[in-house]
Amino acid sequence: MAERLEITLTVNGESVTREVPVRLTLADFLRHELELTGTHLGCEHGVCGACTILLDGKTARSCLLLAVQTDGMSVDTVEGMADNGALTPLQQAFIDNHGLQCGFCTPGMLATLTELLDTIPDPSEQEVREWLSGNICRCTGYQGIVDAALDAAKALRGESPAGA
Amino acid sequence: MSWIGSAVPRLEDATLLTGTGKFVDDIHLPNALQAAVVRSTFAHARITGIDAAAALAMPGVYAVFTHADLPEALKTAMPLLVPNPAIRYPVTQHVLASDAVHFVGEAVALVVADDRYIAEDAAELVFVDYEPLPAAGDFREALRPGAAVAHETREDNVAAEFTVGYGETKAAFAEAAHVFGETLFQHRGAGHAMECRTMLASYEAVTDTLTIWANTQSPHQLRDVYCRMTGQADNRVRVIAPDTGGGFGSKVQAYPEHLAIAAAAIALGRPVKYIEDRREHFTATHQERDQFYDVEIAVDGDGRIKAVRGSLIHDCGAHLAWGIITPFISATTLPGPYVVPAYQMKVTGVFTNKVATTPVRGAGRPQAVFAMERLLDRVARELSLDPAEVRRRNFVPADAMPYKVGLTFRDGSPVIYDSGDYPACQEKALTLAGYDAFKERQAAARTEGRHIGIGTASYVEGTGLGPFEGVSVQIMPAGNIIAQTGAAAQGQGHQTMFAQIIADRLGVAPDAVTVIGGETTGVAYGIGTFASRVTANAGPSAHLAAGNLRDKMIKIAAHLLEAAEDDLDLADGRVFVKGVPEMGKSFGEIAVFANGMPGFSMPDGITPGLDDTSYFTPERSTYANGAHVAEVEVDIETGRVSILRYVTAHDCGTIINPMMVEGQVAGGVVHGIGNALFEWMRYDEAAQPVTVNFGEYLLPLATETPAIEQTHMETPTPLNPLGVKGAGEGGTIPAAAAIVSAIENALTPLDVKIAQVPVTPEALLDLIADAEAAR
Repeated sequence: MAERLEITLTVNGESVTREVPVRLTLADFLRHELELTGTHLGCEHGVCGACTILLDGKTARSCLLLAVQTDGMSVDTVEGMADNGALTPLQQAFIDNHGLQCGFCTPGMLATLTELLDTIPDPSEQEVREWLSGNICRCTGYQGIVDAALDAAKALRGESPAGA
Repeated sequence: MSWIGSAVPRLEDATLLTGTGKFVDDIHLPNALQAAVVRSTFAHARITGIDAAAALAMPGVYAVFTHADLPEALKTAMPLLVPNPAIRYPVTQHVLASDAVHFVGEAVALVVADDRYIAEDAAELVFVDYEPLPAAGDFREALRPGAAVAHETREDNVAAEFTVGYGETKAAFAEAAHVFGETLFQHRGAGHAMECRTMLASYEAVTDTLTIWANTQSPHQLRDVYCRMTGQADNRVRVIAPDTGGGFGSKVQAYPEHLAIAAAAIALGRPVKYIEDRREHFTATHQERDQFYDVEIAVDGDGRIKAVRGSLIHDCGAHLAWGIITPFISATTLPGPYVVPAYQMKVTGVFTNKVATTPVRGAGRPQAVFAMERLLDRVARELSLDPAEVRRRNFVPADAMPYKVGLTFRDGSPVIYDSGDYPACQEKALTLAGYDAFKERQAAARTEGRHIGIGTASYVEGTGLGPFEGVSVQIMPAGNIIAQTGAAAQGQGHQTMFAQIIADRLGVAPDAVTVIGGETTGVAYGIGTFASRVTANAGPSAHLAAGNLRDKMIKIAAHLLEAAEDDLDLADGRVFVKGVPEMGKSFGEIAVFANGMPGFSMPDGITPGLDDTSYFTPERSTYANGAHVAEVEVDIETGRVSILRYVTAHDCGTIINPMMVEGQVAGGVVHGIGNALFEWMRYDEAAQPVTVNFGEYLLPLATETPAIEQTHMETPTPLNPLGVKGAGEGGTIPAAAAIVSAIENALTPLDVKIAQVPVTPEALLDLIADAEAAR
């Protein structure tokens, strides 16, 4: 059997300690050990971006990380975004702009766009598209996602209420 | 007010946005085991032995199943689901390969272990002895005399041959003012939904009941295949398609792996899950598009079509899971929105040692439209006419509807375009695109050394194929409304669509309707989600079922309230006397009564229960249509094509939810952009796949994709009570044709001709160099 190590990390603001096989990916740790199944696996080779999470606030591919590499770090997943059921302006903007169809790539899109809006509060459409170029969506043709990002940026800047 | 036609926010979104959806791999059953599949590494080989001892010796491994370990019923080849007399050799895949493999990726053995990590380790320790055989690779080469055969039992690779057509083609060609020919080649791509194939089987011995969770587009078909092979009663096999991460055709089929994990779960008495990875998806999930056309068009001096004829070679891959549906659709789609007085197309389906081809978004139509539109562009060039004008001169006029083409569709019904205004649809697209003013922009760009071009393509799409898709609507004693259907959703927004239709009939808001789709227990019979058919089949079923319930509730309320039926109305979950809203009964009260009160007689003519199941059965397909305009810029130094603008005019009849229709069209167009510029599933001459990850096989990204500008027409079909047609594939169908036309237009000064897609930068640079050399 593979070697196991104990790790402690913060997931969605809560401290988690587990003993895990050293070869367990972060994605499988989140999905199958913690049952945080909102993080999805689309390619398992780091291209499609569906498994994107925030690691110490920066986007990372959870399929390309081992769980043991995140010992002592902070992981944020889609499950931690809404506050007691209240959607974030970004999540609401996805509903308003038809930013999702099957929803499989969506958690990764939300992670990438969260980092974008933290970094560039007033992105241009081209900047949004460049930030999204590491996340593949097969359903929407991207337009709804781009519109949602621009809409959420506006709401976060206080220029329009979320959902307006 | 009517909910139909309104951009209702989707009922699906909140769970998917908060990570609380339920996809197959999100289901954690107690005691579940994980499977990995041992797949063929050869395109064609005999299996001379399998040694699983080392794998079985690994701690955590429970079993290795090979063909020999399967129950007898699952040792036969899988059924051919759509037979056709033109099929010469109806070969289908085995659940696990028996004595030979016929493509790289074919399932040979199933390893079941404690977790996927162990299962994959053990799969590498299953040693399969192969005796390699010559493989049929390129499908045109495979037709040549003496070519390697894909199946040892055959003398050649012809899977099927047939000809479709009508009219006096030969005479029309002999008399025509002009005849132009093209040879056109379109390459393999795949659906590539973001979620690969996933499945979980659980068997309960006490009730002899098998449950399969699978991200299938056709739960009933999967159940029916299992029952057809095993003889099991269909109410003891339950298939559930939970949240599903995209489909695009690739998930329609009942696959060998579905049956293998069912057998494993029964044999081991524990649930067995199999989650395909992307590399497997590239080799073992069905693909489409490889077709070669040799076509000719005959026109008069004004560019009016006299006849079209030619031949079409279609790569079937190694097996005929769904018969020859795809090339049949291609051949019957080709005349498109145009008056083609005579038409003849000879079709040859070819076996190769590659994974089978079955419909992927568009289902043979993108290739046919590409062929027809390329011919019309050629006519325009040769006769110095504007390409849009050539199309305008040939459209079926609106007053010719219903228009009988002269062909028979794959369901045996005549191809009759039921409704639509093709010239007006093209005009809408051209107007939105600013087509007439483009020449000036192009001239200005050329003075700057930029190569921009415009292209247009129009299409007709048979949608809403029968036979039926049932919907059951029930009002519960608690007063809530539950609708169930076998049609599984893969992101289209079925829940919202059904809820809007039902809400209109029952006088409630859409969010008052709970929709459960994709379960075989919902309705007894089902067909599946493909052919842009769910809204046009199940939509009317929902409308009829909810209407029947509405009538029944009024009858019961009239009895309970001692009122005349005509005096009653429905709103807000109540049936009440018009003008006296307090005098009424809630849906729940009516349901309690309808479900029977001990000792109380049912009123005259009222049957027990407050539910209704309807199966709308369309008499034939309904035809959606559209026109696209693409504007591109070509960098002649790098071969890069940038899409500057993309415009669609789309007519899918009555629109239930305009936001969701626009989403379908936009996503479809981007799939078509992939086919036009990027997606190319390549194999070497030995049929070894060489593009098996997203670095080697490119999908369109946000940076390669323009905003899709859309305009719509709504020409209802008379073939169903809602007037709806399908919307799921129209975006994809003409996209490659429009984009290639635009690229050629941009490169007019260089005289570049394009006859195959995808047009990669390397291919385009070669074409530019060839054109320069020829000058």
